[in-house]
Amino acid sequence: MKQTSQHFTQNVKAALADPTLKIALNRTTGLLQRRRAQVIEEFAEYGAARAAAEKIKDHTLDNLGHYLEQFEANAAAAGATVHWARTPKEATDIVADICKAEGARTATRVKSMLGEEIGIPEALARAGVERIETDLAEHIIQLAEDPPSHIVMPAMHKTHEQVADLFREKHKVPSNSDEIAALVESARRELRPKFLDADVGISGANFLIADTGSIVTVTNEGNAELTVTPPKTHIVTVGIEKIVPSMEHCAVFLRLLSRAAIGAEITQYTTFYNGPKRTGDADGPENMHIVLVDNHRTEMLSDFLRPMLRCIRCGACMNHCPVYAAVGGHAYGAVYPGPMGSVLTPAMAGLKNSKDLPNACTLNGRCKEVCPVNIPLTDMLRSLRARQFDGKLVTPVTRSALVVWGWLVRRPGLYHLSTALAVLAMRIWSMNRGRIRRFPMAGGWTGSRDLPQPGRGTFMQQYGRRKQK
Amino acid sequence: MANPDKSKPRVGFFVTCVVDAMRPNIGFASLKVLEQAGCEVEVPRAQTCCGQAAFNSGDDASTREIAKQVITAFEPYDYVVVPSGSCASMIRSHYGELFAGDAEWEARQRAVSEKTWEVLSFLSDIMNYRPEGVYYDGVATYHDSCSGLRDLGVYEQPRAMLSAVEGLRLTPLTGNDECCGFGGTFCVKYPDISNAIVTDKAEKIAATGADTLLGGDMGCLMNMAGKLSRQGSEVKAYHTIEVLAGMAEGPAICKGEEMG
Ligand code: SF4
Repeated sequence: MKQTSQHFTQNVKAALADPTLKIALNRTTGLLQRRRAQVIEEFAEYGAARAAAEKIKDHTLDNLGHYLEQFEANAAAAGATVHWARTPKEATDIVADICKAEGARTATRVKSMLGEEIGIPEALARAGVERIETDLAEHIIQLAEDPPSHIVMPAMHKTHEQVADLFREKHKVPSNSDEIAALVESARRELRPKFLDADVGISGANFLIADTGSIVTVTNEGNAELTVTPPKTHIVTVGIEKIVPSMEHCAVFLRLLSRAAIGAEITQYTTFYNGPKRTGDADGPENMHIVLVDNHRTEMLSDFLRPMLRCIRCGACMNHCPVYAAVGGHAYGAVYPGPMGSVLTPAMAGLKNSKDLPNACTLNGRCKEVCPVNIPLTDMLRSLRARQFDGKLVTPVTRSALVVWGWLVRRPGLYHLSTALAVLAMRIWSMNRGRIRRFPMAGGWTGSRDLPQPGRGTFMQQYGRRKQK
Repeated sequence: MANPDKSKPRVGFFVTCVVDAMRPNIGFASLKVLEQAGCEVEVPRAQTCCGQAAFNSGDDASTREIAKQVITAFEPYDYVVVPSGSCASMIRSHYGELFAGDAEWEARQRAVSEKTWEVLSFLSDIMNYRPEGVYYDGVATYHDSCSGLRDLGVYEQPRAMLSAVEGLRLTPLTGNDECCGFGGTFCVKYPDISNAIVTDKAEKIAATGADTLLGGDMGCLMNMAGKLSRQGSEVKAYHTIEVLAGMAEGPAICKGEEMG
């Protein structure tokens, strides 16, 4: 997708001016928050599971090379071909080459954020392979030609009324009802035949299991199984941080993932794939290719961003983010929106191209609170601001304002005098109305809310007067 | 103090830059209740701001210098008490990030951080304070400011103390633990997003039917009261300590000049 994170403020303006977007976001985020809160409350071992998950990920990251090599050996032993890709280009070239070698004309695809990250849709288009998105929400945004706006529910920005209109326009046999069930039925009619005819099935993976060489997909629609089973070739593109040591470890995450993501105890479909079809298997692909992608992940390992590699892409942080709820996912202008995206995008696309993202956050900390692997998102966003400040990526005006203010704060006498004068000016300006509707250079505040009229002097002045009495 | 009592805990009161300039009444209310609770309170002159604005803007070097000033000013006290969850959390939870590798300052910082408290949790958890004979006529709803709630666990304490205030009824706020959109410099750097968030909050406050909004952070209160005032709402916003001190008689935030 096209990176527009450098135009964050314009994106925000457009998003806030869209009343339908607000309806769509309110409907979904509210529901997801309530459902999550309920299943977490009913999950007595939540705290223990969360602590274990954090530990498992940290241990795996400490020994990343070891587990990846173990995975490679076991996957190869099961008959899969493992490829390594440092960059998105290397990864998509591998995918395009496999498609070419197979003479593929069509590819079915299961939703995968890593696939979006490395640009699979664009790569398939360049290779002349027709792409069929099989996840309902991905199908919607493919028809609408929109980028995803959420990592779990990529069509979160659309209301079902909008989807009904879209299907009426694009589906061969659309339904005449706006009911969600009818829309699902319509998509099923449209997609079913394509599943069976595809040459290649492309998926991501929620987990890689080192000691078995398996990959794991977690879906609610069963489209992963239908995507990767009929075609001759199954290609998996996956980030290297998805590795866990064993099935047992994986189980810890499975208990957390769907609870955090959609507020359900378990997903409908969790499938472990261990190599391609074996002799005697009734079905399955003849070839299985697994592309392990780095794309700045190894750099993050040796940075303060390391905890971000624990992320299991559940989306809870964005579902609980007031900024995300106000502007939606597209405003972030990157594959990963919300709090986790504001950390990942600077790591992947560079801080220069995403200057606003770490700053457009109130640091309220709810994201960290709901994160199933306890990622200190706000601390990292704050540290990214420090990196911007040190790297001279803040505007000279902001920088000098901060420097002057910092200088003044360290001179208490002068500071008290200046605040007393400022307070006096505000008092005079307020003309005893109790509140201030406009104030020079305070447009950021008074544009949308009043300022209180300050009292008769600052606290320090009044306290000093009382002491003298 | 005429008769300094050695058994009384000595509290250094850190008023915070926002309360200092915008709502001294919160400071005086804190002093009153802290004294009622049995503390000996002092207000060191060498205080200004905790440095949070610099810290959250990524200026770690300035923050470090500001933190040193705070640490030096408040070292002599048994406790540092702050009428704001976010400033208390800055000193208590974040100063530690500034002095890694500097053994001397690390030790001094740790000592001050550990004895720093947000005023409401200090009164309730350390001083076991409950108001007596305090009256407030109204139905109030409560907003839990983020840093106090998440960094310091301030939730039950204000409610427990307010339940002892006669005439006051508390009614729950939907999304009481959701950010109000203040976020320090965030609200002026991204005014449109901040406005969208606080507009939502104002709707939820209005939906409670309460006539009063209470909270523990002047920044957030000023944001919400400022929005409510702009909308022409009648809801009165006070810091919880103003009610506990029986000093919520004057005009509410954005409702006129405080009594002072
Ligand atoms: S950062 Fe945490 S909450 Fe956000 S998507 Fe990743 S795992 Fe989920």
